Amino acid sequence: MYVRNEILKKEQLAPSIFRFVLREPVIANHRKPGQFVIVRTSEEGERVPLTIVDSNKSEGSITLIVQAVGSTTQEMSNFEVGQGFHDVAGPLGNPVEIEKFGTVLCIAGGLGIAPLYPIMKALKKRGNKIVTILGARNKDLIILRDEAESISDRMIITTDDGSEGMKGLVTEAAELVITNEKINKAVIIGPPIMMKFSVDVTKKHGVPSIVSLNPIMVDGTGMCGGCRVTVGGETKFACVDGPEFDGDLVDFNELLQRSGMYREKEKEASLKKNHVCRLSNVTGEK
Amino acid sequence: MDKKERLEIPRQKMPEQDPKERIENMKEVPYGYTEEMAVTEAKRCIQCGKNAPCIKNCPVSIDIPSVMAFVAEGDFENAYKKIKENNLLPGICGRVCPQQEQCQSECTVGKLKKNKECAVGIGNIERFLADWARTNNKEIIVPAEKKNGWKVAVIGSGPAGLTVAGELARKGTEVHVFEALHTPGGVLVYGIPEFRLPQEIIDSEIANLKALGVKIHCNRIVGQSITMHEMLDEYDSIFIGSGAGLPIFMNIPGENSLGVYSANEYLTRINLMKAYKKQSQTPIYTPESLAVIGGGNVAMDSARTALRLGVSDVKLVYRRSEAEMPARAEEREHAKEEGVKFDLLTDIKEILKDEKGWVTGIKVVDMELGEPDEYGRRKPVEIKGSDRIIDVKSVIIAIGNRPNPLVKKSFPEIETNEKAGIKTDPETLETSIKGVFAGGDIVLGAATVIKAMEHGKRAAKYIDEYLHSL
Repeated sequence: MYVRNEILKKEQLAPSIFRFVLREPVIANHRKPGQFVIVRTSEEGERVPLTIVDSNKSEGSITLIVQAVGSTTQEMSNFEVGQGFHDVAGPLGNPVEIEKFGTVLCIAGGLGIAPLYPIMKALKKRGNKIVTILGARNKDLIILRDEAESISDRMIITTDDGSEGMKGLVTEAAELVITNEKINKAVIIGPPIMMKFSVDVTKKHGVPSIVSLNPIMVDGTGMCGGCRVTVGGETKFACVDGPEFDGDLVDFNELLQRSGMYREKEKEASLKKNHVCRLSNVTGEK
Repeated sequence: MDKKERLEIPRQKMPEQDPKERIENMKEVPYGYTEEMAVTEAKRCIQCGKNAPCIKNCPVSIDIPSVMAFVAEGDFENAYKKIKENNLLPGICGRVCPQQEQCQSECTVGKLKKNKECAVGIGNIERFLADWARTNNKEIIVPAEKKNGWKVAVIGSGPAGLTVAGELARKGTEVHVFEALHTPGGVLVYGIPEFRLPQEIIDSEIANLKALGVKIHCNRIVGQSITMHEMLDEYDSIFIGSGAGLPIFMNIPGENSLGVYSANEYLTRINLMKAYKKQSQTPIYTPESLAVIGGGNVAMDSARTALRLGVSDVKLVYRRSEAEMPARAEEREHAKEEGVKFDLLTDIKEILKDEKGWVTGIKVVDMELGEPDEYGRRKPVEIKGSDRIIDVKSVIIAIGNRPNPLVKKSFPEIETNEKAGIKTDPETLETSIKGVFAGGDIVLGAATVIKAMEHGKRAAKYIDEYLHSL
């Protein structure tokens, strides 16, 4: 029997983080690095934007990474191979512009490596030298390590508790890298607060940066304007103008405030379904 | 029954839910005519003759006098058949068409009575017939006898796209409709609230189109999931009906505060995502007070929806007076009955917020009407020094939409008009690209459902002509 958006593979990468490979030939054929899809799990489900981590044209598949944090992502994580998500729409957003910059510093915070990985891959292919900082709260939450390592010329791992790599934040590692090496461009993806402080570092050193934003979104096609962000003093829609923007120009304080708009409601929804915990500030979810 | 007797029949008033009750639910406001009411109302038509101003003023030229004659005899089946000859979506049109400005505007009965309100209730009867057919399983579906071999793609499943699709499918053309969202219907689904146009009606009209052979592909964003060039290779002709789905903001301070929504977002969360239902996972902010900015139908829909979600203090802030409001008279009346407070001749200057970013109020100024503008509408002029603050916790911006940019972005060679919409031949609706047609809000800017349907009908005619020229 034909299953719409069939899950071909499912793999647990960390506690509550899952990798799904879906049969989605139309999207696989058209997606470019930096783009995302919107997924719904059921007829009454909300629309959840997720970055396309990878695709395989010959298999006609796309890869998504989901961290079970809210009620919908929790539901998603319960899907198994052979089942299909109710809806997968995309690809959405603009592809990231890949140029030959020279040395690119790629900074990932937590699940931010999921959207960053396809961009790193494209940058590497274009002939850039890739220096990666992969940050996580602890050893168990590091994902895509081997994948990132295989395309990085150098990789630094940081953990908040020092359980792996350097103890500290990605910003400290970034400071070290930039003071020791000529960096032509930085690509920074992670929770809004991590992007804000990372951009502070790159900006201070005059390194131009690209960030990928994850505001609250409904349709993903420019129709609702819920994902508006202020970039260089102008209102932009992350879905049709982004999701990647010049890090130096983004109003992160506004983004942080707007991202928290439904936090209480989300908590409620999670509690209703007896979820144990809610890990803070996730980024694979745009 | 002679003309004099007919003219003596009083206009049958549409029964409606009580305003106090209806703001507690999302159900439709009018209950619809009973069979008796429909027959009585249809008898009011005097069959005024060849001029039939109703037909002339119907964008899709329904043979209204014949419909009225059938209904007056109680022959609902033939009446419905007559409507469907020209209009494939009567359940929708009977509810959302501005009949007062169209078929009913020049009605001879209204003229003889010297009161437009006394025109025959054509819209109410159309609605009755569609509901009658739906609930009595009398739907008329006549699929084409055989396929004609042509294949057409329709971008967007709103009123324009659905009309094109239905018209072409009836002729035996294979039609594929591409919809970006997870549910077909476009603005009918995400924009127009349940209490004005129930989902059930849209579902049933779409099911009828599918029965005609129309294929609908949801979650497909043309320009992203499929390029225009791929479509040109695969289809004999393309119709672009992607709508005016890009909300306009005002560029005033505080517009990105928490609690500020575009009407599109507000209505989409509630209508498409069903945020009003308990089991919906889509959140919506419903504080005790809210201001809607704008004076069109979408502003009315937003304000009335807010009331139903439990917002007790709903203000409508509009910079002109009520006479200049673009909203249908019925919508304005309904809004007032339900308790929406109109703050007219008032313009918003700034949205105020607290330290956490949440809306605390709006700064407004009083306006007065000055000279008429190029469209003859008197221009609002600010009264200096009249600044005041209105305390509200949420703001919905309903000042209009621009055409959606996605198709143009992936297909830059297509020419656009001064409204950033797609440029077409005014008659044939063919775009600057041969075989590619466009209609509805992507051409008109934000207009009405029936105008989009009229475009759909016209485009279908010229697409068919184009196909025959291949």
